[in-house]
Amino acid sequence: MRDGQVVKGVRFRDHRVVGDILDLAARYRDDGADELVFYDISASPEGRSVDRTWVSRVARTLDIPFCVAGGIRSIAEAEEVLAAGAEKISVNSPALENPSLIDDLSRRFGSQCVVVGIDSQNIGDTYLVQQFTGDVRRTRNTARSTLEWVREVQARGAGEIVLNCMASDGVRAGYDIVQLRAVRAICQVPLVASGGAGAFQHFAEVFQSAQVDAALAAGVFHSGEITIPDLRRELRVLGIEVRP
Amino acid sequence: MSAGDVVIIAGGGANIASLQFALERLGANSQVSADPERIRNASHVILPGVGAAADAMSRLCQRNLDTLLPALKQPVLGICLGMQLLFEASEEGPANCLGIIPGLATRFAAAAGLPVPHMGWNTLSIDRPSALLEDISPGDYAYFVHSYALSTGAATIASSRYGEPFSACVQQGNFYGVQFHPERSAKVGARLLRNFLQL
Repeated sequence: MRDGQVVKGVRFRDHRVVGDILDLAARYRDDGADELVFYDISASPEGRSVDRTWVSRVARTLDIPFCVAGGIRSIAEAEEVLAAGAEKISVNSPALENPSLIDDLSRRFGSQCVVVGIDSQNIGDTYLVQQFTGDVRRTRNTARSTLEWVREVQARGAGEIVLNCMASDGVRAGYDIVQLRAVRAICQVPLVASGGAGAFQHFAEVFQSAQVDAALAAGVFHSGEITIPDLRRELRVLGIEVRP
Repeated sequence: MSAGDVVIIAGGGANIASLQFALERLGANSQVSADPERIRNASHVILPGVGAAADAMSRLCQRNLDTLLPALKQPVLGICLGMQLLFEASEEGPANCLGIIPGLATRFAAAAGLPVPHMGWNTLSIDRPSALLEDISPGDYAYFVHSYALSTGAATIASSRYGEPFSACVQQGNFYGVQFHPERSAKVGARLLRNFLQL
């Protein structure tokens, strides 16, 4: 999301407007999405927190869980977002600046509503965490290894990890199975795969090969290339348990 | 149906808005209150809950609601932690709870493939008929987010399984509890809330 609109980029660049927030929220609700995630991508790079006015409008519309992310830096900001009706909050850049934010949030609200988003990039033969990925001019490498950070955020009380594999994002060539398997091996909390979905088979593959708890996709749904009812049907045929 | 006067017990829980929106979608207005008089006069009382059991109990005790709630005669629905509070105690804290229904909430044991918290959609089994479960069928999915649970027992009307079976819905007299979040469980959740409002 940016400026009240839903946007989608490729590898975190060149974002294009794909629609109105409430229209898309209602469409995915009716299509049977299991959960929606809203990223206010310009919040952290602009040094502000997520715009709350739409959070409660979305909460009125949705009868499924939804998670809100974007520059949440304090208990007070998290409280406002949750009070507006979000189920979970996701922190990414602010947690990198101040890792104890994860401890504070999980102590106050319980780990079940604290999601840590990790934007990870392959650098040589290792995975490194990236920060401020919502604005390509401000995106930077941190010195943190993704696997180390995955361990640390769990120890600090993260209740769920969303791993965005940046090299795969928006490319629709499949999830980064190798990286997700490496993270799965050390991740005891629910793990959500993000980045790369382009075909039914990609979803099946990420569940079967990387044992993730959920798969997140944006571009293929926004474009209508894959619809959620079709995806459910295909996954069921492949023997993957999905909600009817 | 006389659900004109639904009171949601205020307790510092952060997810009250989504519950109110869910009731609103069913055409029911609700008020958030910790006032004993308002609660006593409500047609339906909902005890929500996010956070830790000990915290939630101390907030109820500050308002003497720990003695008021067990004496209520109208339908009462505990949601998630609110359901656990209806029981005797929770390992979380640990905390003494309201003691309305016998049982102790215990923490899920972490196991391979079963991360704690149990978070996500899971299926329901129906254990015994209840008006709360009208038109809800075995195999229906509901949305759960919790680390503690009640094992199945005499009060269980629907159960779910996460490693072991646990109580998904309970009833004892006018006291009802749901471990999942009906306000975030799509049509199944809306049906359950509607059933509750029709009690």
